[in-house]
Amino acid sequence: MGTTFDLWKFTKSAAFYALVLFIVVVSVFPFYYAILTSLKSGTDLFRVTYWPTSLSFDNFRQVFTQGAFPRNLLNSVFVATVTVILALFLAVTASFALSRVRFRGRGLLLMTILAVSMFPQIAVLAGLFEVIRFLGIYNTPWALIFAYTIFTLPFTVWVLTTFMRDLPVEIEEAAIVDGATPWVIITQVFMPLMWPALVTTGLLAFIAAWNEFLFALTFTVSNETRTVPVAIALLSGGSQYEIPWGIIMAASVVVTVPLVALVLVFQRKIVSGLTAGGVKG
Amino acid sequence: MATDAMAPITSASTPKIKSELLQQRVRAARWFLVPMLIALAIVAGWPLMRSIWFSFTDATLNDLYGAEWVGFGNYLRWQVLESGTVRYRGVLADPDWWNAVWNTVRFAFWSVLWETVLGMIVALVLNAEFRGRGIVRAAILIPWAIPTIVSARMWGWMLNDQFGIINDLGMKLGLLAAPVAWTASADTAMTAVLIVDIWKTTPFMALLILAGLQMIPKDIYEAAEIDGVHPVKQFFKITLPLVRPALMVAIIFRVLDALRIFDLIYVLTPNSRSTKTMSVLAQENLFQFNNFAEGSTQSTLLFLLIAIFTILYIWLGKVNFEGGDR
Amino acid sequence: MASIELRNIRKSFGAVNVIKGVDLEVRKGEFMVFVGPSGCGKSTLLRLISGLEDITSGEMLFDGKVVNALTPSKRGIAMVFQSYALYPHMTVYENMAFGLKLEKGHSKEAIRQRVEKAADMLQIRQYLDRLPKQLSGGQRQRVAIGRAITRDPKVFLFDEPLSNLDAALRVATRIEIAKLHEGMHDVTMIYVTHDQVEAMTLADRICVLRDGLVEQVGTPMELYEKPDSIFVAGFIGSPKMNFLTGEKAAAFNCTTLGIRGEHMLVKPDGIWEGEVIHTENLGADTYVYLEMGQEEPIVVRLEGAMQHPSGSKLRVSPMEDRIHRFDEAGKPIR
Repeated sequence: MGTTFDLWKFTKSAAFYALVLFIVVVSVFPFYYAILTSLKSGTDLFRVTYWPTSLSFDNFRQVFTQGAFPRNLLNSVFVATVTVILALFLAVTASFALSRVRFRGRGLLLMTILAVSMFPQIAVLAGLFEVIRFLGIYNTPWALIFAYTIFTLPFTVWVLTTFMRDLPVEIEEAAIVDGATPWVIITQVFMPLMWPALVTTGLLAFIAAWNEFLFALTFTVSNETRTVPVAIALLSGGSQYEIPWGIIMAASVVVTVPLVALVLVFQRKIVSGLTAGGVKG
Repeated sequence: MATDAMAPITSASTPKIKSELLQQRVRAARWFLVPMLIALAIVAGWPLMRSIWFSFTDATLNDLYGAEWVGFGNYLRWQVLESGTVRYRGVLADPDWWNAVWNTVRFAFWSVLWETVLGMIVALVLNAEFRGRGIVRAAILIPWAIPTIVSARMWGWMLNDQFGIINDLGMKLGLLAAPVAWTASADTAMTAVLIVDIWKTTPFMALLILAGLQMIPKDIYEAAEIDGVHPVKQFFKITLPLVRPALMVAIIFRVLDALRIFDLIYVLTPNSRSTKTMSVLAQENLFQFNNFAEGSTQSTLLFLLIAIFTILYIWLGKVNFEGGDR
Repeated sequence: MASIELRNIRKSFGAVNVIKGVDLEVRKGEFMVFVGPSGCGKSTLLRLISGLEDITSGEMLFDGKVVNALTPSKRGIAMVFQSYALYPHMTVYENMAFGLKLEKGHSKEAIRQRVEKAADMLQIRQYLDRLPKQLSGGQRQRVAIGRAITRDPKVFLFDEPLSNLDAALRVATRIEIAKLHEGMHDVTMIYVTHDQVEAMTLADRICVLRDGLVEQVGTPMELYEKPDSIFVAGFIGSPKMNFLTGEKAAAFNCTTLGIRGEHMLVKPDGIWEGEVIHTENLGADTYVYLEMGQEEPIVVRLEGAMQHPSGSKLRVSPMEDRIHRFDEAGKPIR
């Protein structure tokens, strides 16, 4: 007892907080370092520093004036938004059917939808390429909106079904007694209650669409139609050996800061949405 | 109380007069499902069929419709030469393919292993109550929020052989004798990829595991403490068994994801034989080298592999639902 | 406005038979209460009448017309749920107007009038602009009732509406429901409860259900004074009727003798003797539990606060004209 006991407790506590600190630093450091780098210019870039030494917005200026980056940002916003709206629209009614109406084959259907979200994208790439070319939307944002549905739709259906399943039975029954048809129940009774779920699902789907790379790489080939991930991946300098790290970091920061902010603001909702889709799933 | 709303019978007993209410709901359900199903069929069903179809033909990028059937030729074919030796051709006889398979499996194994272990540690930390817990939870969301491509470039910069901070730090701490060409060198490329993926995905695993941990009632731990059970033993005898269902689901989910990996490798270690996974190889063949049929074959094989795992995942998930819940 | 007729109604959920053949007639404008122990099927029967559940076999008629296939709203019913089931995102006014709006053919002004009239009836006029979460349990229940009233239904269904309220509120709301019934003579009301006090005080007629079948239907007094089975005799009335078997019953020429605690007299020359094992003193009444060698202790009700220490002996006599005699089959001997 006495001093030995306190020392042990202190060490445990210290070790715990050291671990916590380690986790936080490791998580945040690369992002911090990217910001650091983006604020350097010229030869500064090539000296390794751990703390901010310069504050130059050169890189950011170049990101926005050279090349088609602003256009890429716009493309990404457009594609992600439209694909999410489309998916939500199709998913709301579908998840009502899947969560509130008992019919034969419902379980199988749910499993199939889940399975589709597990498709490796590469497996549909060839077939999608054919369809997209056939529809004449190759190298347009529509190609991506079309293709992204393959993962936004199953995901939104799955998560919304889980949320809708949890809505109380009595409210639906009261609505039925009041004379509401299924459509009325969805639009006037359930949707108002579900809009937090819609926001969360929409947000998660938006992030997934925003980050998508393979389809974007394959179905858009010109600078003007590219989305952000592809633009950042292909950012290169004049010659083969000249990689413009400063500009790359600046572009990365521009893209990441709003995303990080969004995620931090909607933390709780996102975590519950992820686990609803993942753990139950 | 069953949360499964309206429990009118559909199959069990056939009522003499079927209620209009039931009919109305089932009819509505069909209308609600059809648009979604059509969308999925067009966007996923048909392309999948076509991709598989292409693998049985000699299609090329420029001549998709003129493709002729070659059966399993793309998968495996052989010629018997005059000298008597048999020459095998096709994806299944291609050393590049098997190298890609090996890379994929290697990657999946190590990444899931580390992400589970580290995820568990982070989850345990987050499950404990301490001041600043909110900050930690926010902090770990950052790696997850950053787009994969951006992570790849950020880490690419940090792992740069000449100007990278990792090399700098390593040398300053005496861990490295000389700068390592992390992404370029064949020995370390996979390690580099693993570092980035683990950094990026551990938070997700941690969150899934945390959800499972939070379902364990606190009083079990209190009872164990009163009984004098050592915390480490508590972990192995109480925590682990009770979190197992959530853990298994999370692991299979991750394995599926890991097997499909493309983005990170394409951007961080392009053209590296030691990290080329099945997806990367297939994409290359499809669109860069104009080996369309070969690429289709490879992507179909990957699909088969994933399909087997998906069935496993669903089966395990269903078992958990019925068995694992209280 | 409606009489309801159930003809051989059966209901199964998969292999489980919940309602096993119920024949019942509910008269126009009457207040019928379904009572019974848990699992007897009373709620299920109510839901079958409402149309929320499918009838497996048998016919249900409203005013002589078969309604098996009709949706709830087409049957002209309104329902008050145990958990109120108010729409959380709508104000009280919107909750009450919802059904009318869906019906179409009502002008905004007409709807407003109906809602306000119902609100006045239930004294919730001042809450019309509030959301359900801003109201107390009792207020919410009144809104639920109000929502049902505005639809001007032919049949009013109550599914254990008072269970979620505390005791004092329960009594107050019970009185309001009784007054409601008085004010709406032509509306048939069916009420489900497990509380026989509610049944006795509200009902015009009570239907006692057990295990998916009707045990007895009658007015509260009929069930109290002339129970058709030991089950009904034991179910109605509080405290539960005393049942004596063996010699004591044989002395009155029956297998089972039933006598209510309030029909026992404590007399020094009482024919039965028992030992006091427990006393409950409620101020206005005292309940004395006597051990008499029967299956369960015999309860005797005494007025006022009486003192009978445990262990003391007491002699009691049943009131002869209040004895219920049952034969071996549990049927009354009259």
